[in-house]
Amino acid sequence: MNQLFSELQWLPRAPQDFSSSLKALGNSAGPLGSEMRSLALHALDLNQLTKLAKAIGKATAGGRSIDPLVPFRLAVLSNSTVDLIVPALVASAARHGIALEVLQPSYDQVAQEALTPDSKVNSSKPDAVLIALDYRGLPLKLSIGDSEAASAAVRGVIGYLQALSNGIKTNSGAVCIFQTFAPPVETLFGSLDRALPGTMRSLIDAINHALAEHVLDSGDVLLDVAGVAESVGLADWHDTQLWNMAKFSFSDELIPLYADHVARTVAAIRGKSGKALILDLDNTVWGGVIGDDGLEGIQVAQGDARGEAHLAVQRLALELRQRGIVLAVSSKNTDQIAREPFEKHPEMLLKLEHIAVFQANWNDKATNIQAIADELSLGLESMVFLDDNPVERGLVRKLLPQVAVPELPDDPAYYARTLAAGGYFEAVVFANEDLKRAGYYQDNARRASLQKQAHGVEAYLASLDMTITFQPFDATGRARIVQLINKSNQYNLTTRRYTDPEIAEAENDPDVFTLQVRLADIFGDNGMIGVIICRPSESGVWEIDTWLMSCRVLGRKVEHMVLREILDHARVAGVQKLSGTYRPTDRNKLVVDHYSKLGFNKLDEDESGLTCWELVVDGANPESAPMKVVSQGFVAVASHS
Amino acid sequence: MDDEQIYVRLTQIFDDVFDDESIQVTPELSAKDVDGWDSLTHIRMILTVEKAFKIKFSTSEIGKLENVGDLVKLIKSHG
Repeated sequence: MNQLFSELQWLPRAPQDFSSSLKALGNSAGPLGSEMRSLALHALDLNQLTKLAKAIGKATAGGRSIDPLVPFRLAVLSNSTVDLIVPALVASAARHGIALEVLQPSYDQVAQEALTPDSKVNSSKPDAVLIALDYRGLPLKLSIGDSEAASAAVRGVIGYLQALSNGIKTNSGAVCIFQTFAPPVETLFGSLDRALPGTMRSLIDAINHALAEHVLDSGDVLLDVAGVAESVGLADWHDTQLWNMAKFSFSDELIPLYADHVARTVAAIRGKSGKALILDLDNTVWGGVIGDDGLEGIQVAQGDARGEAHLAVQRLALELRQRGIVLAVSSKNTDQIAREPFEKHPEMLLKLEHIAVFQANWNDKATNIQAIADELSLGLESMVFLDDNPVERGLVRKLLPQVAVPELPDDPAYYARTLAAGGYFEAVVFANEDLKRAGYYQDNARRASLQKQAHGVEAYLASLDMTITFQPFDATGRARIVQLINKSNQYNLTTRRYTDPEIAEAENDPDVFTLQVRLADIFGDNGMIGVIICRPSESGVWEIDTWLMSCRVLGRKVEHMVLREILDHARVAGVQKLSGTYRPTDRNKLVVDHYSKLGFNKLDEDESGLTCWELVVDGANPESAPMKVVSQGFVAVASHS
Repeated sequence: MDDEQIYVRLTQIFDDVFDDESIQVTPELSAKDVDGWDSLTHIRMILTVEKAFKIKFSTSEIGKLENVGDLVKLIKSHG
């Protein structure tokens, strides 16, 4: 079974303490609805959904407010067993911001409930009625090869469904949600079944087609169950054993997927669906890091597998824009560098004109997304944020829980499919204005100004459980050190390039102090993220020849921790002063204030923008950050005092 | 997998399915002993067992189950 769909892989895994969180639901004074929603926003299996629904039922039984969830009454009419589906619907609805109440009349009473004015369903005045029929619940006879009889059969079925719809509209005023029909796996002739009138496959094709037309004309709503079943595969969808044993119309393993589709549809009826897609750039919209790899180095071309994966993301974004979804960019980059591929790369499908708000800066992404929402005058709950970096995703989920943040697999080949599978932009109608909407937002969007920082970044960083490891250069790390020295452009103070033999020389020179820095966190090991070379200059002074870091770990105060480490070793070596230089290039504007932020004093600045800095070792105490420090492999460096 | 390991796993599954961590999973345990063990929860339990042990029971095997002891025997026969 395809796990993207059966395990809802666009959602984060349920936490270890899911069960105890459930038990605690409603114990805190906070808004109950938000607690429910945050629990529901995980990839839950059927048992977990059932437990969550039970906990929701218990928590709401006391009559407490469930804000900000929106109440919705849904009646379910079906010819199959829906008892196990109902709790899954309740829990999945919470995921989409809906407090769902499900009315479930007795088994297989579809026509009676729809057509009787004072039936249980009609008298309870639901907001919508889900007609959860499967092909076995249709008045349908095969008429192999007889096209007239086949047409009559299709008309008969559509007439029956329309009668249900009319009955419900007249008697309760509710809207109907009709499901398309997943055809059975078994064929009679084989391929010919699709072509020949009156076979099950061609009858169901015709019924689905006619039903879709009815829905567009009538104001009813369509739930494309046939499309869901096709996506996962009919043989996985239909479980004949479960039908025989318990009248389940599809596999239990796909109940979470089905329930999420129903919940999306209900949320869309209430106008709760995504309106804007916010894109990260590096390794999301293109492969590679524009600041380091440059225009020629990023992967975004046809004919290159990695490039095509990222082009697929761009194509999906463009098509979403065409149907009215607003596009925005949030990237940790220098603005001008981030714009370059949009302006100059011939293979880019996305152009600047498609982006309503372009936020490339070095702020944290929660702050940027808030600014984008403000700029577009859209609520955070209508924002969807696509980013390959799990740390960024975690930060945004933590600080802005209203924003939808799909999980992404390791392989970019599946980014576009995963985004689409999440159903963030589900809609039940399409209006001509939708076509113009993206442009409308764009005209009104100015570049947002970012003053206020999102709260709680510190707490989030602490929760990352970071370990920073310092070592001197060694033979094992050399290849990566040389690679970083020759590739890093953005977080690089001097942009000095060295060859392998030159690094080997520094490694073996007892007068030279070197650092290779690694960082691990709860998401895994980031590998080597920093390289430092200090050379003795005048007596008692270390000149910081090279200081470079990976932009991936920006905003985590890694630079403060690195300076603390340098100072520790400087003290042991009897060094009194550190001297640093910022050599401007067209790529490293990011670090223009690096030494100033670390408490160095500026000594000099020339007309090219080159600045010289110094820090007195004695008494220097840079800010510390919440991470575990491991310092290993050092021998005392020769003293130069 | 020996009996003891199977019972440990079944205890977790029963907690998960019946949402009740107090259930003592013994060979004699059957539907009449557990609150909420109706025919549909029974199916949910069987499906969870199949998934957890990565096995698939036949319709007639499921039909013959009387108590947990039968279930353990069936799991072992598939192991």
